[in-house]
Amino acid sequence: MIDVDVTLTVGTFTLSVAFRNDHGLTALFGQSGSGKSLTLSLLSGLRRPDRGHIVVDGQVLVDTQKKVFIPPYRRRIGVVFQDSYLFPHFSVRQNLLFGRWFAPRDADRVDFDAVVDTLGIGPLLNRQPQRLSGGERQRVAIGRALLSCPHLLLFDEPLAALDHARKLEILPLIEKLRDEFDIPMIYVSHAMDEVVRLARFVVLLENGNVKTIGTPEQVFGQAATQITLSRLERSSIVTMEVGARDERYDLTPLRHPSGTIWLMSFPGKIGDKVHVLINAIDVAISIEKPAGLSMQNMLQGTIGDIHREGAAVMIEIRLKGEGKIFAMISQRAFDQLQLDMGKPVFALMKSTALDEEKASLVYPNIL
Amino acid sequence: MGLSADEWTAIWLSLKIAVVATTASLPFGIFISYALARWEFPGKIFINGLIHMPLVLPPVVTGFILLIVLGRKGIIGSYLAEIGIVFSFRWTGAAVAAAVMGFPLMVRAMRLSFESIDQRLENAAGTLGANPIATFFLVSLPLAVPGIIVGVILAFAKSLGEFGATITFVSNIPGETQTIAAAIYTYTQVPGGDENAIRLTLISAGLALLTLLISELVQKRAEKRLALQA
Repeated sequence: MIDVDVTLTVGTFTLSVAFRNDHGLTALFGQSGSGKSLTLSLLSGLRRPDRGHIVVDGQVLVDTQKKVFIPPYRRRIGVVFQDSYLFPHFSVRQNLLFGRWFAPRDADRVDFDAVVDTLGIGPLLNRQPQRLSGGERQRVAIGRALLSCPHLLLFDEPLAALDHARKLEILPLIEKLRDEFDIPMIYVSHAMDEVVRLARFVVLLENGNVKTIGTPEQVFGQAATQITLSRLERSSIVTMEVGARDERYDLTPLRHPSGTIWLMSFPGKIGDKVHVLINAIDVAISIEKPAGLSMQNMLQGTIGDIHREGAAVMIEIRLKGEGKIFAMISQRAFDQLQLDMGKPVFALMKSTALDEEKASLVYPNIL
Repeated sequence: MGLSADEWTAIWLSLKIAVVATTASLPFGIFISYALARWEFPGKIFINGLIHMPLVLPPVVTGFILLIVLGRKGIIGSYLAEIGIVFSFRWTGAAVAAAVMGFPLMVRAMRLSFESIDQRLENAAGTLGANPIATFFLVSLPLAVPGIIVGVILAFAKSLGEFGATITFVSNIPGETQTIAAAIYTYTQVPGGDENAIRLTLISAGLALLTLLISELVQKRAEKRLALQA
């Protein structure tokens, strides 16, 4: 269990963050300058709060009222940094074992071989960190943090320095760790897709304050959250059910009361619930049922809130059944279609814009 | 080469003094460099200035200050003499003078080396459970090795050639405090001593060159081993 309630002023910036989460992975989401990193440094003990407390698994790490401050090296909080910070003078194996030398004897030992297996770093054990690729280095860093037998694992934008391919290689590993090792995790990120995929509990930070707390659907389903994101990043989450695969075209239908989306090469099983992340810029709008169009995916709904931003408009479409989807279109298209609140529309998107990485299995609902 | 017994003694003495001076000041050098690089404390500027004094003072002045402080009748020296520790006119005194003169060079190189270590590596060690002392020995110290080697070599070379402070503090006694530098000085003061002076000068230059060569090799190897994080 994590219970955080802290304030800290640094220069002109004031951080005031409070949240509790009982289980699993907590995502701290926000743009740069929102106070994510500062929150992490309070958690790991590199900074002291002006006021407040942090409690992890019943252990008080900081409490300004009770005058408790546990130094970083006695907190047993593993951190995976953006730039892995592996020790250059140690081999991969020595890096992995570093934290173990300091873990108390009675600590719940995390199994070395299990971690090495899960992360697929067996062949790297005798190498020096300088000879690893960015993705490999990050896997070793995750293993190193995990093997220090932490009470809490912090991820500080662990994928931000990696390219897309490496990112897709590490994400499933973090998912696996989340499910296989019973360690609470806090995942800091400004990438919505990572957060949606990993977390069931999201804390949205803005200007040093908690703006919203909830499931990814709740947090990212708000237009107010979406407009804080860059235009390319804005996306909606739709929960859908996997249908029977069309073997001939390697397409899998994802069903929703408002329509069906066909996904290419999707590995899900029939009946699985999945989150589909749909970028707002990939969504087109039609006011009548289109024919003769290559776009095969269509969801029905009515227009909800409208947000104008210069030449672009962000429209919220309330889907038939439940859920909503955001679409970014031009002001001119908006005017020509004479769109308005309450008007029934069809939201269209290409299958190729929705590859496998955009869909993730729904993590058992804990909230 | 036909060196006289006195000349051999001077060479041996020079090496002994330099080795002892460098070895004895190394732990202090590492500690003070690290403190100056990483800690904020009152009097930091003062301590930094004090360490660097021998670098800017005339060596004779440093030697004289040593005489006043550590001499047999000196401020501290008189108390040390009571418990049987005497530096003046002994080779140990020459080692003290050499250490004091070499110390600023040692600290400068090591401090730079500690400062160049990414503090976030040390923070990472902290999050893995290493207390500050363990972090120092397992992370900071090994990563500072190239700079520490440079500091040691510089201090050693300085000790080997120290002249002004040494001769002021412990005089120029053959067999006790007469180093190569002092011996050369002596030969240049007597008629017909030029040949001996040149011989010792060549040896002195050879030793200095050898020191530099070894330092270069050792440092290259250390740097290659670390090849600091990309």
